[in-house]
Amino acid sequence: MLNPLFWLQAISLAFSQIWANKSRAFLTALGIIVGVASTTAVIAALTGLKAKVLAEFESVGASKFFVFPDRPDNAPRNMYPWEKILLKTAEVRAIRDECTLVKAITPITEVGLDVESGDKRIEGITVAGIWPDWHVVQNRFVVEGRPFSQIDEDSERQVCLINADAIRELDLAANPVGESVLIGGRRFMVVGVVETTTARFFGMNTSSAEIFIPFSVAEKMQERNFFMRIEGLFSNPETALEGEDEVRFVLRRMRGIAPGELETFRVAAIDKFIEQFKTLAAGITAIAGGIVGISLLVGGIGIMNIMLVSVSERTREIGLRKAVGATPTAILLQFLLEAVTLCLVGGFIGIAFGRLAAFGLTKIPGAQLDQADIPFWAVAVSFAFSALTGVVFGMFPAIKAARLDPIEALRHE
Amino acid sequence: MPDDRPLIQVVGLTKIYRVGVETIHALRGVDLSIGRNEMVAIMGSSGSGKSTLMNQLGCLDTPTGGAYYLNGRDVSRMNARELAQVRNQEIGFVFQSFELLPRQTALENVELPLVYAQGGWRGRKERAQAALTRVGLADRMDHRPNQLSGGQRQRVAIARAILNKPSILLADEPTGNLDSATTTEILSLFRQLHAEGQTIILVTHEDEVAAHCQRVVRLRDGRVLSDLPIERDSAGRHLASQGGGVR
Repeated sequence: MLNPLFWLQAISLAFSQIWANKSRAFLTALGIIVGVASTTAVIAALTGLKAKVLAEFESVGASKFFVFPDRPDNAPRNMYPWEKILLKTAEVRAIRDECTLVKAITPITEVGLDVESGDKRIEGITVAGIWPDWHVVQNRFVVEGRPFSQIDEDSERQVCLINADAIRELDLAANPVGESVLIGGRRFMVVGVVETTTARFFGMNTSSAEIFIPFSVAEKMQERNFFMRIEGLFSNPETALEGEDEVRFVLRRMRGIAPGELETFRVAAIDKFIEQFKTLAAGITAIAGGIVGISLLVGGIGIMNIMLVSVSERTREIGLRKAVGATPTAILLQFLLEAVTLCLVGGFIGIAFGRLAAFGLTKIPGAQLDQADIPFWAVAVSFAFSALTGVVFGMFPAIKAARLDPIEALRHE
Repeated sequence: MPDDRPLIQVVGLTKIYRVGVETIHALRGVDLSIGRNEMVAIMGSSGSGKSTLMNQLGCLDTPTGGAYYLNGRDVSRMNARELAQVRNQEIGFVFQSFELLPRQTALENVELPLVYAQGGWRGRKERAQAALTRVGLADRMDHRPNQLSGGQRQRVAIARAILNKPSILLADEPTGNLDSATTTEILSLFRQLHAEGQTIILVTHEDEVAAHCQRVVRLRDGRVLSDLPIERDSAGRHLASQGGGVR
């Protein structure tokens, strides 16, 4: 019904209206500009954070899992005494021996001990008892000397591994292999220097000095009921869920937990953390979406207001257009198109500002947002919502214009 | 296309407005018929129903009662969309205050009816140029209204009105804002267009303007007071008595 010339002139008219009232159009679109800019900036930051966090999870290993003792939620304390919940070495062995999907596993128990070397003495260093498989699980090997072997574990050898920071703090030789240190009053021989971790997992493993001893030795130096956690690797991240079930099955059996009864431990795969993080990120995105919704609402009211002003200012023009044959639909579409154009221009400027903000985020030192970027979908959604705002809030003024009586309109002063 | 029926046939046209509790009978039964290529003046004092009749003839409004046949079609029962299309194809308006779009050039202003035409928008520039040339503004096509004199503006408006080759050129006090020299120019342009076959209806309250027409319809209180050829109308007689050289 409407010819191409109509669309051509309607679009050019929409732009020329904006151009003719630049400052007014800018102020009107400010709500949309700010809304779109802030939302895209938040999404950009979130995207950057997500990329960073996922990369960190990846570096830890997607097939990694943890087992912790865990009292069931809301369960009475006396029904589940802590000493019954704590993991036992026999349980770790059972998992190692029976779970076919577990590639490597180690218990880890940490104890704060005083460490001496020569006349240097440091109090309360965290000493970790580990199995030799720890090297595989953590993907950390030695730069000097040798890693732990099964013989160290089985014969409860008084040997230890240390890291570069511990060497520095204890004033040891650059290559301390073969030297001995006193740990908790016992003499240990340094057999190797472990790699410094490059992957920092939310601050974990950032403690400067690290000392490792065989788990069997640490067990003897601990109190009677001591805390240990399990870290392990599944052979394949694809079967992580099945592997988790295997671990849970073995532990339930060993603890005599009947079907339907609550578990007194928690198996957590990195996979699950990733899922949880993604859920969190989606939640934040939804909140950002809510913010853009509110700002578009506010911006939309501004658009409606200015379009009403425009209709009233241009009443005679509307009258003339009607006199030369513009149908109500043509007038409606023209004003609607103008509102949508105004909103889209606002959205465009908003995205430009958002992009600028995203670029700024990548330059903040230490914010770890160097991968902040506005994903394509956010640009598309911003434009779609801007256009929608134009349609929704432009509708009332456009209908008002379309319904104007041509005689009254031409008589309007 | 020769047609025996008159171009405009108005039968018992009434229009009643309600303003608050008051009822205004703007037209109380007007019968009028205007043939092809007539040049008719519609006159009357304010409140005579002159403007209401013009709005009816221009298809800007529908009557309360009676019928209006334009080119044999009953336009008195049409809806807003159909009326808009009739206006686009059949009516060319010329207003007292020109009604040009200020930010558009003369050419773009003249093109405006094509924006709302159904199809046939190709060659629009040529058509608009031809219309502007016809009114003697071939060298002013890219000027904006504020760069044109009053007479030139009204010529642009006339070019816009004749662009779609309408059945009726409907001019509402077209010289009301012009000085006497320009008035004469514009009126002679109307007469030329009439000579080329254009049907023209001039709504005016000035006898001097009406004197350029062939026929004068006078309204009073919503009814036709007189409908006479110019020679027998008081305006013609009046001007003839003054020795005014009319036609």
